Amino acid sequence: MTGTAVRVERLRVVRGGRLVLPELDCEVAAGRVTGLLGPSGSGKSTLLRAIVGVQRIAGGRVTVLGEPAGAKTLRARAGYMTQAPSVYRDLTVRENLRFFARVLGAGPQAVARAIDDVSLGDHADQVVSRLSGGEEARVSLAATLLGRPELLVLDEPTVGLDPLLRRDLWGLFHALAARGATLLVSSHVMDEADRCDDLLLLRQGRLLAHATPEELRGRTGRDRLDDAFLALIESGA
Amino acid sequence: MRTSAVTARVLSQLRRDPRTIVLILAVPCVLEWLLQELFRGGPVFQRAGPPLLGLFPFVTMFLVTSITMLRERTSGTLERLMTMPLAKLDLLAGYGIAFGLVAAVQATIVSLVSFGLLDLHVAGPRAVVVVLAVANAVLGSALGLFVSAFAETEFQAVQFMPAFVLPQILLCGLFIGRDAMATWLRWISDALPLTYAYDALARTAADSFSTRFAADVAVVAASTLLALALGAATLRRRTP
Repeated sequence: MTGTAVRVERLRVVRGGRLVLPELDCEVAAGRVTGLLGPSGSGKSTLLRAIVGVQRIAGGRVTVLGEPAGAKTLRARAGYMTQAPSVYRDLTVRENLRFFARVLGAGPQAVARAIDDVSLGDHADQVVSRLSGGEEARVSLAATLLGRPELLVLDEPTVGLDPLLRRDLWGLFHALAARGATLLVSSHVMDEADRCDDLLLLRQGRLLAHATPEELRGRTGRDRLDDAFLALIESGA
Repeated sequence: MRTSAVTARVLSQLRRDPRTIVLILAVPCVLEWLLQELFRGGPVFQRAGPPLLGLFPFVTMFLVTSITMLRERTSGTLERLMTMPLAKLDLLAGYGIAFGLVAAVQATIVSLVSFGLLDLHVAGPRAVVVVLAVANAVLGSALGLFVSAFAETEFQAVQFMPAFVLPQILLCGLFIGRDAMATWLRWISDALPLTYAYDALARTAADSFSTRFAADVAVVAASTLLALALGAATLRRRTP
């Protein structure tokens, strides 16, 4: 798939009386891994929520895979992983995935594959509440992978994971993109930016830049993406 | 299909919590036994026993559902489900069927204990008492589902029990006949669904089935549907 998977136009979101996104325009290219980066509180989660259609918006338009965000037909085509693990803590890994697979209409082989994708084979029959935070996050990620959605919207999927696992998961993201999926992955850790094909840099609800890591380096003349981000902020871009 | 997925999931969650299962099944039996001991099996026990048997599942399922649903809301699983191809009706019906099944087991066990061991008598068919108990449980679930939208913490959800359930039990006619109530209290009583649930049970116990019994059952059923509709309205795919 080529072209634009997500188009956000003049998006305005107010949460709890606070203007989180004043007027955001951005695009996510299809078939690529796009990183949504920015400090905590910059509006990343709100933007992701608007894209999957669970965020009430005050204005603007979000188009996902050619349809308005939140459209019924998108529910099987887009997968969403919330920032806090959203799984049943009193069920085992397999029971959780089996349930979500039935909701998605995915077969039992999807469960085994998703467990394998996130390397939780050894814990498949453990109750989630007994798992570590990172393992619980991976159960949540596995649930998002189940239906092999065309668009994956992942809110900080690699937070708190050990470096080896993080590398494996980024490998998985790129493998999914190679098979045609579009991934939008948020992170507040700049060292993950280098693992993305495209970057959306968000600060205080505004888009600072939309570029590839290389373009960002070229534009700012900084080698480290952390410094490049700082340079962008300071130049008032 | 998706409804049964929800039912199966709710039941396996419950299965992981054996202490709750024991509490759900044993507490009503112990209370019926206490009541029997307290009134030495006399007329008060014989009058209050059957309606209580039919109302326990209402109270239990109200609590269990409101807490389970609150957890679903606060854990983010509801938000996840709302992004998935799951109809709200699947979710509500799945819950209703799961807790209806639990209520059926609960009511059957309390009936066996009460009728078999505690010498409780009803003039009407015992099976009707059990069926009414299950209907009341589904009503309790539906109300619990609805009020869970107004709780932000489990502490609050638990407080809805005395707030929503106790007044209904006080005013349903169990403690004092509705004829003996002050007019304004009777008006309130008229507006509460548990009044009709109680009346149906009392009529079964007395074997005095009439059109009034049919009306009672209809009101309970309609209240359940209304509570479910209100509950469905609180399940928003988009939240602030």
